[in-house]
Amino acid sequence: MASTVADAIKEHDDHHGPAKGIKRWLFTTNHKDIGTLYLIFSLVMFFIGGAMALVIRTELMQPGLQFVHPEFFNSMTTMHALIMVFGAVMPAFVGLANWMIPMMIGAPDMALPRMNNWSFWILPVAFGILLSTLFMPGGAPAGGWTMYPPLILQTGDAFPFLIFSVHLMGLSSIMGAINIIVTILNMRAPKMSLLQMPIFVWMWLITAYLLIAVMPVLAGAVTMLLTDQFFGTSFFQAAGGGDPVMFQHIFWFFGHPEVYIMILPAFGVISEIIPTFARKPLFGHDSMVYAGSSIAFLSFIVWAHHMFTVGMPLSGQLFFMFATMLIAVPTGVKVFNWVGTMWKGSMTFETPMLFSLAFVFLFTIGGFSGLMLAITAADIQYHDTYFVVAHFHYVLVPGSIFALMAGAYYWLPKWTGYMYNETAGKWHFWTSTIFVNLTFFPMHFVGLAGMPRRIPDYSTQFADFNMMASIGAIGFGLSQLIFVYVLLTAKKGEKATDVVWDNPVGLEWTVPSPAPYHTFDTPPGEDVIRSHSHSSH
Amino acid sequence: MSTHAEDRYYVPHDSHWPIVGSAGLLLLMVGVSAWLNGAETGFWVMIAGFAVMIYMLAGWFGTVIGENQNGVYNLQVDKSFRMGMMWFIFSEVMFFAAFFGALFYARNMSVPWLGGESNNFFTNSVLWQGFEATWPTNGPGEVGGDFTVMGPMGLPLINTAILLTSSVTVTIAHHALIAKHRGTLKLMLALTFLLGFIFVGLQAYEYVHAYQDLNLKLTTGIYGSTFFMLTGFHGLHVTIGAIMLFIIWLRVMRGHFTPEKHFAFEATAWYWHFVDVVWVGLYVFVYWM
Repeated sequence: MASTVADAIKEHDDHHGPAKGIKRWLFTTNHKDIGTLYLIFSLVMFFIGGAMALVIRTELMQPGLQFVHPEFFNSMTTMHALIMVFGAVMPAFVGLANWMIPMMIGAPDMALPRMNNWSFWILPVAFGILLSTLFMPGGAPAGGWTMYPPLILQTGDAFPFLIFSVHLMGLSSIMGAINIIVTILNMRAPKMSLLQMPIFVWMWLITAYLLIAVMPVLAGAVTMLLTDQFFGTSFFQAAGGGDPVMFQHIFWFFGHPEVYIMILPAFGVISEIIPTFARKPLFGHDSMVYAGSSIAFLSFIVWAHHMFTVGMPLSGQLFFMFATMLIAVPTGVKVFNWVGTMWKGSMTFETPMLFSLAFVFLFTIGGFSGLMLAITAADIQYHDTYFVVAHFHYVLVPGSIFALMAGAYYWLPKWTGYMYNETAGKWHFWTSTIFVNLTFFPMHFVGLAGMPRRIPDYSTQFADFNMMASIGAIGFGLSQLIFVYVLLTAKKGEKATDVVWDNPVGLEWTVPSPAPYHTFDTPPGEDVIRSHSHSSH
Repeated sequence: MSTHAEDRYYVPHDSHWPIVGSAGLLLLMVGVSAWLNGAETGFWVMIAGFAVMIYMLAGWFGTVIGENQNGVYNLQVDKSFRMGMMWFIFSEVMFFAAFFGALFYARNMSVPWLGGESNNFFTNSVLWQGFEATWPTNGPGEVGGDFTVMGPMGLPLINTAILLTSSVTVTIAHHALIAKHRGTLKLMLALTFLLGFIFVGLQAYEYVHAYQDLNLKLTTGIYGSTFFMLTGFHGLHVTIGAIMLFIIWLRVMRGHFTPEKHFAFEATAWYWHFVDVVWVGLYVFVYWM
């Protein structure tokens, strides 16, 4: 019996190389192929969303209306956010998860490889539908990515397309998240304990849980919008006993965990990179896990800090203010641990490390402005100003995006088998860092001075800082072309060794560079796992 | 490298079903959207999308069932499927949580506030003068006109009994499967999906009654919205669950499943219990309280 089963497996088991041509990418069940698809897709979306950001910054370069119609400007802010959140940052981290998690836990592939393929191939459909709304009567959605009613109900023909594209994004995320959880819990090398897992894997485990918990809630929220619009329900209509504010509560119950969905994997990437280039084990390995879990828990009970101005009982305002401030504690633990890892380390500053260092510093700035916004009384002044824009762009651009760049540079030699162009990488880093600060730092000032967000025009007193921000944005956009150059020349450098860096920790460095199509046919043993973990367990 | 199935990871071969599914979703979503925007052709595109989705589901599940019957799945794959199903059900729980959340928010926050509670005295006296916060309500604008409430006795109570009974029968079927009593298994499983379809039928009858006799509609303010959205999505899930049970029954008739390995049966049973628990929540909070 055993031999016939083994034969049957050989017959069905796909242990040969990839299929040829387009079929490889359409039908693939390989985690590396699907990871590559995710990463390329997210890069394309990053440039489309970036182009929309540049339309916004071009319009805002000077006071007064110059280039685009205000309605189109609003479409740009809405679409920029939807594309960057759901199309660029989230798929990029899923791409990293696909590539790295099986290799980091000694697994051959994801647990549910066909569903993995579907999770990816839903995304082009979702974003094809979303982008097509740009050409529809009434234009693309312009009510903000948060889709607050009643404003969003004024969207033209684009409205149902917006709702269903959000449904599809959710479907893709949920399937991807289920796959990641099952992979980590069931495909992990049997000798690897949970606390021996790399922090990147841990942060993704937590993120995947958040995704499954909140994406269905978003689906519910937009379904209620759809039925309010087309089927006469009264969820968000006061006349029928509903409440538009209720949408905000449901949306932000999704929305706040969502922001941690975009940053926890970034924490994971940074926690992998800093020990490598500080040449020290990660400081406080276990506390990283506990801090990440605490952040995930707290993310469910802070949502109303996004809506302090809409009206809620005082007790609610106080609760959400203090709960929000609590998040600074586990986040502080993480920042402390990164700094502690670097303390007295033998540091070198290759591109991934530079991006990671900038992440620690600049993300923390975004965290601090978040603390300011958490104070209810102050937030009533800051709400819907450019200070908020500055805050969340600091955590998302030099936060999430920089972590993605750091991860891409860190693992690129493992993916391609060649060292990338370090000089170009450093140029990419320095130009990005300078321009990202030039773009977003002045927004703090105009925000505190009262410039409202999502408005295509502004008072002349804000002109100088806006000019700076616009120049920074164009510079930042152009800087990303250096990254494209690095990718296009990724196989032109010298051959990478298997370990690539100086004694990096992690199972991914025990396999050849480039990593073979199928990595771990049999799970790695206890000794290998122990010597490739930052954990003391 | 060991040749024993249990020591070795299983990786499935390439599949064209996911991309077929994506094509189906594209047709479905574009079709529904166009139809909602008033384009008649959208309806037919939507139907085509449905057809492609059904073709995909049949083909994909068919492939997996075939592979399973050939014995290519080891225990690890079985466990992956189990965990996947559990997390999928968790996502469904959260989907219903959004609508239950809307119900609780409306009952405890928005309706009392429209009636002047908390610091909303002027909301009531200026905007909605004379509105008294009670539940059920169709709001201060009396959206949808006078209506009668759907009480907990009668049909809903019978439906509760039906669904709870079906949870018992599916459990008996499970025990019969493990004990190799195939006759009991077939009977109890058939009983389970028949009870499921009877539930859906009675629910449909209840809807007709609500629309024709009670003037209780989807458009009846927040009460009608929450009532029909919660019971409607639940009914949809019962329908899907009953179809799943029916397919499992067909597989039982073909001799599938062993006392040791019957993941699909268990997954369907879990799903059925989930649908059951949601109903209990619905019965308590929508019909009863």
